[in-house]
Amino acid sequence: MRFIFKTNYGQDIRLAKHGGHVFWYALLMLTMLAAPWVLSEYFLAQLTFVLIYSIAGLGLMLLAGFTGQFSIGHAAFLGVGAYAQAVFTNMGLPFPLALALAAGLAAAIGMVVGVPALRVKGIYLGIATLSCGFIVEEVFARWDSVTGGRKGMHVTAPDIFGWTLDTGEEFFYLCLVLTVLCTLAIVNILRSSTGRAFVAIRDSEVSAQSMGIHLARYKTISFALSAAITGMAGALYAHKMQFISPDQFGLLQSIELLLLIVVGGLGSVHGAFLGALFLISMPQLIALAKDYLPAAIGTAPGLQGVVFGVILIAFVMFEPMGIYGRWLKMRTWLQIFPFYRQGMFKRQKAFQKSDRLS
Amino acid sequence: MQTIQLLISGIAQGCIYGLIALGFVLIYKATETVSFVQGDLMMVGAFCGLGLMTFLGFPFWLSVISAIIAMGAAGVLLERVVIRPILGQPAFSIVMLTIGIGYVLRGLITMIPTIGTETYVLPVPYKDQIWKLGELVLNVEQMAVIGTTAVLCLVLFAVFKYSKLGIAMQASSQNQLAAYYMGIPVKRLNGLVWGLAAAVAAIAGLLLAPITFVHANLGFVGLKAFPAAVIGGFGSLPGAIVGGLVIGLVESFAGFYAPEGIKDIAPYIAVLIMLWIKPNGIFGDKLRKKV
Repeated sequence: MRFIFKTNYGQDIRLAKHGGHVFWYALLMLTMLAAPWVLSEYFLAQLTFVLIYSIAGLGLMLLAGFTGQFSIGHAAFLGVGAYAQAVFTNMGLPFPLALALAAGLAAAIGMVVGVPALRVKGIYLGIATLSCGFIVEEVFARWDSVTGGRKGMHVTAPDIFGWTLDTGEEFFYLCLVLTVLCTLAIVNILRSSTGRAFVAIRDSEVSAQSMGIHLARYKTISFALSAAITGMAGALYAHKMQFISPDQFGLLQSIELLLLIVVGGLGSVHGAFLGALFLISMPQLIALAKDYLPAAIGTAPGLQGVVFGVILIAFVMFEPMGIYGRWLKMRTWLQIFPFYRQGMFKRQKAFQKSDRLS
Repeated sequence: MQTIQLLISGIAQGCIYGLIALGFVLIYKATETVSFVQGDLMMVGAFCGLGLMTFLGFPFWLSVISAIIAMGAAGVLLERVVIRPILGQPAFSIVMLTIGIGYVLRGLITMIPTIGTETYVLPVPYKDQIWKLGELVLNVEQMAVIGTTAVLCLVLFAVFKYSKLGIAMQASSQNQLAAYYMGIPVKRLNGLVWGLAAAVAAIAGLLLAPITFVHANLGFVGLKAFPAAVIGGFGSLPGAIVGGLVIGLVESFAGFYAPEGIKDIAPYIAVLIMLWIKPNGIFGDKLRKKV
């Protein structure tokens, strides 16, 4: 068991709380840097997807996990980022500029979508974002002159002022750098007053408001930031896939993003990464397991849906804090061994909170 | 004449949306949870009817009734096994849970060998029949949808107004705790409400099946019932049907008059406008928490 003796106030908000953090995150960083030498091309591509989905997950986590505003149309922002990046890159803009424009455009759309959030909440917000998601998808499909319609469009490799990143390794490092930057941005926002305001809004809008938090302003900021980060993920996604079409950014993608944050662990930055790892590795595991299943089940097209659904149900019922919550329990068990008690993480039974009266 | 035809097909489609929305609203009113599984229950209901009619060779009426009863039982079971244990958790957990159930149902249907991946036509006795009323050509399938919905609405209205069970459901939906103190078995009622919602979804599925086709992705029609429920006001049963009709009509007229592509998103545009003007819907009640 580690005891941290606090001798100044700065320790409370320091990013690395103790030496263990520094050691493990440095080790993780080194492993990631070494990955291109260790992994085959296929697994490196999968790892790149994990990074991209982590960024998207971080974006949604900021909105859903920390501000408590659930968006069922988040793939729209992914799509806006991807299409903006594709259009700007094909126009010949260098990668950093295109990325900034894509993120900015996604943020602008996010602010527009966030407008209903100022008036409605709970399920109404879910339906508003769902509707926006459908509308944006339809715009991608119909705006032929820019997006290429249902046929989709090709995206060229990113180009940083003359340096073209067309190999998998280079692109992996690009994603890695952006993932680290996004993560640092998110954890820094979360320990600033803005982030504290987000969490306060999530926990209770009434009390946040009475503490002087401007609800409309902070919700709009949250939507814009979340959309910008998800838009960046979309931009990377476009470069990685090299081909985008409207159906990649439909409802199923939105639900996968939600699945990602719920399985990873709502309300934790780690959760976005664990969820992305889960989301990318699961289809691979299912493909592996198919060989051992009876043919009728193994070859069914719905197998992946069933597995995803069952895992989602299991997490919501038995581990609402997701993979990260499970890890916290295991860590506590190890740290205080053998004094772990059954009820330490027991869920509080809450009275049914009514949307209608709040 | 064109307008009347559009009106009728819009109303028929709207009735389907209304019935699915009715399921949402029933569950929302009773348990304060939002069920994303309603569309998939409808799909399973249609498959159930199809299986009984084509593969087991049941007569039409018997298979319809048994499909509805089976789906009702499935709804009760669903509530008991997965929904009840997590009541009291944040509303969003339950939304994710129902999305998960939807995934599982859709996947399981496709897993039935050689049946689940195909597209079928439900062989109803009134298939492809037409009534001529002067110049007006009435499709019997659509009239069946409208008629059944009207009858179902009357039955539900009577149940909620006059039967002990319906009044207990109303009480529990207004205030669960108070209803519990009055000796109403709230938990059992919640189960019954889920059963009722599933049965209504099955009816919607059986009505929709002759018009479109039966296939595993039929449930996505249910997504258009959310706008219907919001437009009517999420907590209002007549609102659900009215909202459904509004969505059906908007879709039908947008498909004819507006440029291509607008038809699919017209319901969503309508709901955004509604949320902007009157977030509580047409029949929604406005309640405010007083601190």
